[in-house]
Amino acid sequence: MSSKKDSELPVPPKSGFSRRGFIRGVGIGSGALGTGLLETEAAAAAPATLGPGPVPITLNINGKPVNLTVEPSVTLIDAMRNYLDLTGAKRVCDRATCGACTVIMAGKTVYACTVLAIDAQGKNIETIEGLATGSALHPVSKAFYDNDAQQCGYCTPGFVMACKGFIDEHPSPTEEDVKHGLGGNLCRCGTYMGIRKAVLQAAKEMKGAVKNG
Amino acid sequence: MPEATNERVYGPQYKLIGKNYVTTDLLAKVTGRSKYAEDFRAEGMLFCKLLLSPLPHARVRHIDAREALAMPGVKAILTADDLPAPADTLTDNGTVIKASKWGERGLTIEPVYQGEPILAVAAVDELTAAEAIERIQIDFEPLPFVVDPLDTLRPGGPNPRTDGNIWTTPPGATGPAVKELKWTEADFAETKSGRLPMGKTPDEWSYGDLDAGFKSAALVLDETFVTPDVSHQTLETRSAMAYWQNGKVYIHSGTQSTAQTRPAIARWLNMDAEKVVFISEYTGGGFGSKITGGVTMIIPALLSKKANAPVMMRISREEETFIGRARPGFQGRMKVGFSKEGRILALDMFVISDNGPYDAQGDSPTSGRMVSLLYQPQAMRWRGVTVLTNTPPRSAQSSPGGLQGISIIEPIIAKAARKLGLDQVAIRYINCPEGKAQYGPLVQGQMQHATSAFLKDALQRGAERFNWQGRAARSPKRIGSKVRGVGVALSCYVGGTVGFDGLLVITPEGRVRFQSGIGNLGTESVIDVHRAAAEVLGVAWEKCDVVWGDTSKHLPFTCVSGGSQTTHAMTRAAHAVAMDARQKLQEIAAKGLGGAPEDYTVANERVFRKGSAGMTLAQAARRAIELGGKYDGHEAPADVNKVTKASIASLAGQGLVAAAKDNYPRDGMTHSYVASFAEIEVDVETGKYYVVDFLAYADVGTVIHPRALGGQVLGRSILGIGHAIGQKWVFDPHYGVMVAKRFHHNKPPTILDVPVNMQWEALDTPDPETPVGARGIGEPPVGGGCASILNALSDALGDEIFRRAPVNADTILTSLEAGRPVQHPLMAHI
Ligand code: FES
Ligand code: FES
Repeated sequence: MSSKKDSELPVPPKSGFSRRGFIRGVGIGSGALGTGLLETEAAAAAPATLGPGPVPITLNINGKPVNLTVEPSVTLIDAMRNYLDLTGAKRVCDRATCGACTVIMAGKTVYACTVLAIDAQGKNIETIEGLATGSALHPVSKAFYDNDAQQCGYCTPGFVMACKGFIDEHPSPTEEDVKHGLGGNLCRCGTYMGIRKAVLQAAKEMKGAVKNG
Repeated sequence: MPEATNERVYGPQYKLIGKNYVTTDLLAKVTGRSKYAEDFRAEGMLFCKLLLSPLPHARVRHIDAREALAMPGVKAILTADDLPAPADTLTDNGTVIKASKWGERGLTIEPVYQGEPILAVAAVDELTAAEAIERIQIDFEPLPFVVDPLDTLRPGGPNPRTDGNIWTTPPGATGPAVKELKWTEADFAETKSGRLPMGKTPDEWSYGDLDAGFKSAALVLDETFVTPDVSHQTLETRSAMAYWQNGKVYIHSGTQSTAQTRPAIARWLNMDAEKVVFISEYTGGGFGSKITGGVTMIIPALLSKKANAPVMMRISREEETFIGRARPGFQGRMKVGFSKEGRILALDMFVISDNGPYDAQGDSPTSGRMVSLLYQPQAMRWRGVTVLTNTPPRSAQSSPGGLQGISIIEPIIAKAARKLGLDQVAIRYINCPEGKAQYGPLVQGQMQHATSAFLKDALQRGAERFNWQGRAARSPKRIGSKVRGVGVALSCYVGGTVGFDGLLVITPEGRVRFQSGIGNLGTESVIDVHRAAAEVLGVAWEKCDVVWGDTSKHLPFTCVSGGSQTTHAMTRAAHAVAMDARQKLQEIAAKGLGGAPEDYTVANERVFRKGSAGMTLAQAARRAIELGGKYDGHEAPADVNKVTKASIASLAGQGLVAAAKDNYPRDGMTHSYVASFAEIEVDVETGKYYVVDFLAYADVGTVIHPRALGGQVLGRSILGIGHAIGQKWVFDPHYGVMVAKRFHHNKPPTILDVPVNMQWEALDTPDPETPVGARGIGEPPVGGGCASILNALSDALGDEIFRRAPVNADTILTSLEAGRPVQHPLMAHI
């Protein structure tokens, strides 16, 4: 399988919606948003039709291109888990409710259960597996570790990625920011106090790291 | 409230007990490397999908799977016909418990709830399996169904199962049986006034003079209250993967007990437990829904046998909503008589527990015991009935029966305090259990009693820390459309069992290896309890290893992690095995170095006499292997369980093998307690409210691992808070199907629902009836979490807002407008 060049790939609409923005929008008035999306899509170049059979695609995961062949209906989370053995991110609700599948795509946190694998092409995808460099823990993982920010651990990979994405965008968050920034992830074990402490610790450390060069 | 500090030192006399540390499994969790059942892949692995019943009660007349089986990639189909007959249970004392004919088997030809699995198909991938399911034709004969317990109790009401509608244990029977119970029209006359009808119940107990109590009471309240059915919603569903090798079945799935899931699987598959290997290193939450995993895990196991390939069964969130278990909702009524000082003189409790269609749950009788212990009524009667319905199966959920009982009584106490002009903390203080507090029902004519209760201390210290006086003085406070209210609630639950085994190996390298049969569901007890043994042996934690999560790794007989048993039961077993190891070390040293065993001390990783270097643990372990017999596991203690004996035999020769049963005496039944405090802010224009502050003050005996304890106290408080602020089931009574079945319809609390500064604390007063002093904690915070919020709401808004939980914004708005509770007072699942 040869990897296609970007220009040959179906161009996803540039909607400008972040994941959380999208969800918020739906909550406020799905009718208006629906129309908006349709218009945006219509304005984009007519996409090439793929499928219904399996199609070869290339994903850029943790800095490495990987080739795989998937049905166009396969989501990013299923592609990662079933085709690439990247099982850190979990499929919990499969409907953009819990955040257990969170990865960072083109610098934005996304629910991998709600992104099609074919649409994830040409974008840099960061997953929990790519977070640590060498044997050193990433500051966010380290902060979860230090603050016992998990119990069963099933939400943890998603939460760690959501926290990383959040801190990347909000390097000096307040406690209120943390609450709203992580409202899209869910922990049934109720480890929110630990997570809150972890985010604040990680933000401090990551800022320090940037400053120190 | 001041920010929690970690300065408090628990157990100053200990090196390990009461100290924070990091469990060995944590690194894998924060890096995504921890493997849960769904994360395993095997060569040639097939995927299976389930066909779920669309009807709440039906009989399968005919299955036509020809088209599905002809599809390329479809490998096998499994129906109820393929299931082995469930085996009887042989208990440790030799009693045979017959397999229940009403039991759940995983697949069925008579579905008794919407979503019950009827068959499964294995195929090369999930898409093919799903498509095959679509092509199967089933001819169903619809049967009568019922979703509200009251509807089946009505004269002429439909029965949820062909044999009846309630669970009851007939006198002399070994287990509960399904029977029919109908109440009279006269019983139901009560419903006209919105009160729960109280017909005949199969179960009832009482103590004291109820009538005299009510007669002398200064205030009598009689209230009806409905508690919600809430799904467990563990983030990891009950997915399972299975394969066979050399006649043994290997199953990966989540569980709350590694050790006890193996015999459960053996029973479901009707095969020898020796031929079952169960692997569960990580479990994505249990809360009572995975006590010994789920019976559905036999589906991939049987399909794997048929198709001769590993089979993965991924359970989707929607499937989990049906098959993943839930707490039984209660329709309850309680009449309480108070003295003018607020003391409870008489309490008459009546509950209907919605059991779903399968195994009898203990929530209803437990609720009576918890209320009796927690508020110490001078006279009490409890009546209850466990009713079957065609709604998804229930199982114990964190504080089973405790949450429901506490949610029914707490709002009544809050109301009584307002009517009698008493402080909310004061009225709880005078009813609070203390020391070896007694409770009902009578057993052989005697009240039962707790091992200990220090809840009065927790209530008092909690009130100080929360600044209860200050907050209560200014509450309810209204600013603009916002009203603040404060609530306090007591809570308790069973806090431990006894009689399990500890097992450890001191290796020739001088390390101490603990064999742990505890499930790793996130409570950390799988590792924590062994610190009690390391403490006794005086071994540095860095020299210890814990083996867990795989029944082929020689695990001892262990309690299930349900009902807050583990910390108590397994620190006792850990203490016992450490004493056995110490004894063996002393004997080995005396044999080699002279003198008597009792001359020797075990500390600092050595066994030595005064003034001599003695032996290192490594040397003693090598010596144990030379000596053989009881020292290296070639002989096992007579009183340990047969499971432990088999594990000892497998470990024999690996080093010094220590094993012991917890035979420590115990006077009373172990319980743990929490006092919970909450402040909320309600916007009376929108009905929306927030929890502003929360504190749970725990009485759990000796603190073993503060961080893990705090996680449990707050986490389970949040689970309880979910019951107050919004979680419930909604059913369409006409079709008997679930309406709010998506995750987003019924979301557990998120970080947005909990206060920024939620706090916990623990007394750290040892329980006198257990060697380490520690009790369990999983359950007690739940009832306190729910009830403190309910009480804060009525503090803010008055007593005419709600008669059921959860309390949603629409409840508040409609009740405020009408000046009385508007929601239906009795109907289930609205
Ligand atoms: S699995 Fe993607 S948000 Fe829940
Ligand atoms: S740690 Fe269990 S769901 Fe978050």
